[in-house]
Amino acid sequence: MAEFVMPSLGADMEAGTLVAWLKKPGEAVKKGDIIAEVETDKGIIEIESFMTGLLEKTLVEPMTKVPVGTALAIIREEGKPSAEPKSALPVSGAPPQPAVAPVSPTPPAPVTEPGRLRVSPSAKQLAAELGVDLILVKGTGPGGGISRADVEAAAAQARGERRGARIASAAGSAADRLLRMRQAIAAAMARSKREIPHYYVSTTIDMGKALSWLTEENLKRPMKDRLLYGVLLLKAVALALREVPELNALWKGNQVVRSDAIHVGVAISLRSGGLVAPALHDTDRQSLDDLMRNFRDLVTRARAGGLRSSELSDPTITVTSLGEQGVESVYAVIYPPQVAIVGFGKVVERPWVVDKQVVPRSVLTATLSADHRVSDGHRGGLFLAAVDRLLQEPERL
Amino acid sequence: MIKMKYREAVRAGLREALKSDPRVFLMGEDVGRYGGTYACSHGLLEEFGPERVRDTPLSESTFVGAGIGAALGGMRPIVEVMTVNFSLLALDQIVNNAATIRHMSGGQFSVPLIVRMATGAGRQVAAQHSHSLEGWYAHIPGIKVVPPATPADAKGMLLSALREPDPVFIFEHAMLYPMEGEIEDNAGPVDISTAAVRRPGTDVTLITFGGSLWKALEAADQLAASGIEAEVIDLRVLRPLDTPTILASVGKTHRAVVVDEAWRTGSFAAEISARIMEGAFYDLDAPVARVCSAEVPIPYPKHLEDAALPQAASIVKTVQEMLHG
Repeated sequence: MAEFVMPSLGADMEAGTLVAWLKKPGEAVKKGDIIAEVETDKGIIEIESFMTGLLEKTLVEPMTKVPVGTALAIIREEGKPSAEPKSALPVSGAPPQPAVAPVSPTPPAPVTEPGRLRVSPSAKQLAAELGVDLILVKGTGPGGGISRADVEAAAAQARGERRGARIASAAGSAADRLLRMRQAIAAAMARSKREIPHYYVSTTIDMGKALSWLTEENLKRPMKDRLLYGVLLLKAVALALREVPELNALWKGNQVVRSDAIHVGVAISLRSGGLVAPALHDTDRQSLDDLMRNFRDLVTRARAGGLRSSELSDPTITVTSLGEQGVESVYAVIYPPQVAIVGFGKVVERPWVVDKQVVPRSVLTATLSADHRVSDGHRGGLFLAAVDRLLQEPERL
Repeated sequence: MIKMKYREAVRAGLREALKSDPRVFLMGEDVGRYGGTYACSHGLLEEFGPERVRDTPLSESTFVGAGIGAALGGMRPIVEVMTVNFSLLALDQIVNNAATIRHMSGGQFSVPLIVRMATGAGRQVAAQHSHSLEGWYAHIPGIKVVPPATPADAKGMLLSALREPDPVFIFEHAMLYPMEGEIEDNAGPVDISTAAVRRPGTDVTLITFGGSLWKALEAADQLAASGIEAEVIDLRVLRPLDTPTILASVGKTHRAVVVDEAWRTGSFAAEISARIMEGAFYDLDAPVARVCSAEVPIPYPKHLEDAALPQAASIVKTVQEMLHG
């Protein structure tokens, strides 16, 4: 038996609205099945089951907004039985006192540093779990401290307010959505620049071989299956990460956790404004054709609003390409908790020195922004060199 | 089940010990002809004779020391000290000999000694007979310290202590002797390593032992009337202390009040508070509170004695302040 919880679909997500259940209690679910739709600041996301079993019961009604981590349903593993979730008197040094003391002496009031919140350890943890900002909570516990009950009350009130706000903008106008997405991006990017010591390294890559190989390859394919050079970049990044694995990681708590799987997130701008960066799962293991097909599907779904939860929660690094907009170099901001992002500019014709001859070549600038807590410029440089090398042998990608 | 007074349960335990093991003998002030200051050994002199139920001179150091010697020599002495206040005369024998001989002989000798004594206040016998110093004994490695709070534990802990290879100190709260409780007909040894949850609850944990258990249970009943469910833990064993039971309860209730008839400063209640801080800090929703005796020699006049001791009312007040600020 396990709780199916509101997933975190990014560091900036605090809560989500359960829009609909796509499975009913009593129905069998397989790992990867889409069992619910959740509305987040990034639009409607399809949430997948992380296990195979029976959807025992749902705990949250549709159109309810709940904090990340809230149990939404109970999934029972196959073959497992059903179960419910479940005065101080003056101490030495003081002048002698008459031998009569208050019945219930109270300890001296502790001194609290100005500006420091009085909050019980347990309430503090609960606030973190429920996403409650303690600054806004009124303490009614001993000595005016914030207790668990105070945090629970604040969370309940916040839920009520959010629901009220939701109902008020029931139609959820496009402007509202854009505003909320902007706020989510603001939170994530501000946190990134506040917490992550970025360093940047960049290199210019000769794309000549890659592009001519691509032209040849595309001649063999029907129009709809033709490859874009962007997938070569994605695959090269994924393979280069195998060589410099510290960039394929997440910063959790106060330490880095490397990921065995390489899920490259692809920044996709939305027509209505804003952007998302869903993952292409196991990017390093996909063929170029699969990558192309999956990338197209991802872009379509991102723009139509049909991304899956794992696509938003799984990226281990992000790639952003602004070549179409004519940008030559991209110094991107890392999306926490990731520790690196790769920016690609447009392919431009440049005079290039080959064997002491100046020749025209198609080149592209690749920039790595990386978290200096996790990696150093030396490793970042090796990564870019690997990307460059891999792109010189496009037939092996 | 039968009804039995606490002192009768102690007597039943002593009789069973004397009957079942010829090495067992009783020793102490007035345990023989007078039948024990609290009548715990009443009738045992007649039943077992002066060889095995021995009155001693008023010299705690001498007869506790004699008990240590007898234990070293293969006997199973049960020594009664009239009150914990008087046991201080025997502290040298206890701390420097009873508790250390196993260690200092490299395990060649052990001291299977039982020392029983009355503790606690409430009977208007004034400061020299009313203190609660069992927490001092719990400080000492090498001995076991048990404060039975029920007739079943009074008998059972004595019988269990006989099986221990090292000294066991039994603290009987003097207010409990006339208390009646249910006990199995043939009640035998009990576990002397764990605490017991005497009343389950969800809102606050009252941690106590010995005579204060009954005040805590009374307080819990009063609190229940106002909708507060207190869990009451009877520690049962002060050394070695059953920390997991305490932490599990605090993990559930998020609040703890320690009730200890000793003085607050440097008390056993302080030890429990520290263990909670070490092991359950992130579970706490309020500072740990202590209900202890006023820091005065326990007074003689009834109204002052009552005022100096933890009472159900002061426990209730402490809990209400903790829950309602």
